[in-house]
Amino acid sequence: MRIAPSITQRIAVSIMWTLAAVAMGVLAFIITYILWHGLPHLSWAFLTESPKSMGREGGVFPMIVGTLWVTMLAVVIAAPVGVATAIYLTEYTHEGKMTAAIRFGADCLAGIPSIIFGLFGFVFFVITLGMGLSVISGALTVALMVLPTIIRTSEEAIRAVPRAYRDVAYGLGSTRWQMVTRVVVRSALPGIATGVVLSVGRSISETAAVMLTAGSALGLPQSIFQSSRTLSLHFYILSREGISMTNAYATASVLIIAIMAINLSAYWLMRRFVGKA
Amino acid sequence: MSTMRAQIPVQSAARRPLLARRRLDSERVISWVLFLMALSALSGLAVITAFIFKEGIPIIAKVGLRRFIFSSHWYPLEGEFGILPMIVGSLMVTAGAMVIGMVFGLGCAILLTQYCPPRMVSIIKPAIELLAGIPSVVYGFIGVAILVPFIRDYLGGPGLSVLASSIVLGVMMLPTITSISVDALRAVPKSYIEGSIALGATEWQTTHMVVLKAARSGIVAAVILGMGRAVGETMAVIMVAGNTLELPHSILDPVRTLTSNIALEMGYAAGDHRKALFATGVVLFVIIMVLNTIALRVSRRRSKVKVLAK
Repeated sequence: MRIAPSITQRIAVSIMWTLAAVAMGVLAFIITYILWHGLPHLSWAFLTESPKSMGREGGVFPMIVGTLWVTMLAVVIAAPVGVATAIYLTEYTHEGKMTAAIRFGADCLAGIPSIIFGLFGFVFFVITLGMGLSVISGALTVALMVLPTIIRTSEEAIRAVPRAYRDVAYGLGSTRWQMVTRVVVRSALPGIATGVVLSVGRSISETAAVMLTAGSALGLPQSIFQSSRTLSLHFYILSREGISMTNAYATASVLIIAIMAINLSAYWLMRRFVGKA
Repeated sequence: MSTMRAQIPVQSAARRPLLARRRLDSERVISWVLFLMALSALSGLAVITAFIFKEGIPIIAKVGLRRFIFSSHWYPLEGEFGILPMIVGSLMVTAGAMVIGMVFGLGCAILLTQYCPPRMVSIIKPAIELLAGIPSVVYGFIGVAILVPFIRDYLGGPGLSVLASSIVLGVMMLPTITSISVDALRAVPKSYIEGSIALGATEWQTTHMVVLKAARSGIVAAVILGMGRAVGETMAVIMVAGNTLELPHSILDPVRTLTSNIALEMGYAAGDHRKALFATGVVLFVIIMVLNTIALRVSRRRSKVKVLAK
């Protein structure tokens, strides 16, 4: 028996809607499940107190500070380098072997698993350079991880700047660097910012690499050369070692809320300034 | 145009030669500085490769490559380093994840590009991006809290299993596969679709006979990159895979993957044991690089074809 094409079409389309609905359902379930169990335990005190007895009680203040340090440092290191790479690739050179090699490097870097970054950060920053398990080792490792994202998004944003802008800038007698900084980068800024915001999100959720490079000290880091536990690692340790489920849920809620806020702002940036997301 | 551009500096050079020369030099300096910074990604990759291999290769040489890869005895304290169970574990988990991620990821991508009204796209697309942003530890946790007990109660076995890891990784791969496939599907020329519809094909016939064929290599690249993601995922897998050292016989058996082997033991390993973990990293690195190279090749062939078509 042959099924009529119109029926096949109906079946196929409804299967795909089901698949998408399942994916949406999984997302909704994860968020609701975590927030449902976590929000009741989330309080001002939880955010501003230090953990007591290995995290069984108390809050997550040092982990929030540690996460912010690692994330901010990583982005502050990676963003200038990434944007510079994008500017070089788009404005300062012609397509050739060198650009192909640089793009190959960025593509490969993007595919390397976080545990490999962790191993590398451990042997290079922690041991060879003698930085120890510290915020700075973690931040440098994460900076390498997010570099490809920043390069890719900045390059796309810069390429989207209309050619006419460049011609006008040259026509007004500006040098290449003036043209790049005052015209191209300025109008590509929202796109670049989106990449940076996404990198912040990636740094916050990173666990494996940070575990091997920033360590898991519970105290408040006094300087960037001290070890500090990030929120995601704290959540992992709390839940895996069964230390405190309520605190694990509350920590996960903080993470989920942060990630949602970051994704929303990236999405907003995209829509507002770059056109269709 | 170019003569105009050249004239302006020449004029100012006549009036203020010193300044003009300095400006010209600063342009060259800027260009060099940008070039050096652009090398960072490439040199980062080189340094990572060098250090992982430097730490891992000696122990592989000492044990012997064949024994390291094909022995299933991992007793680090007695100097027995065989990672066969981890390799098999990683492959099984990735294969399972690929099936799930491909079905769901490709389904979403086709829906988003061919059938979905724009208003739904603006809901589904950011949701899938959010799915990519959720930390892997959260996926692992949900896996342990919901999926593992479900498998244990209804399908048997310990629950911590290949199946559980495949499902968790499949969901994690979905955004990768969807976003790259969407790009590939969008790149299919409109005229192909219009031509097919004009010949009397239904939308679905057009999708699977024309659009999917035309976007094939992009989709293949998407799936391979998704596989790379799955092979490399660590924290979620540690939480749901069970981490035993035995070769798995069914998808309900617990396994240990290459990544979890490193993450679990790195904390206390020393000496040869630590080196063997780096060697595990070398094997993982090689697998990832092979997958990445295939994906890059496949997608480059696509862009070449596109240029020719124009």
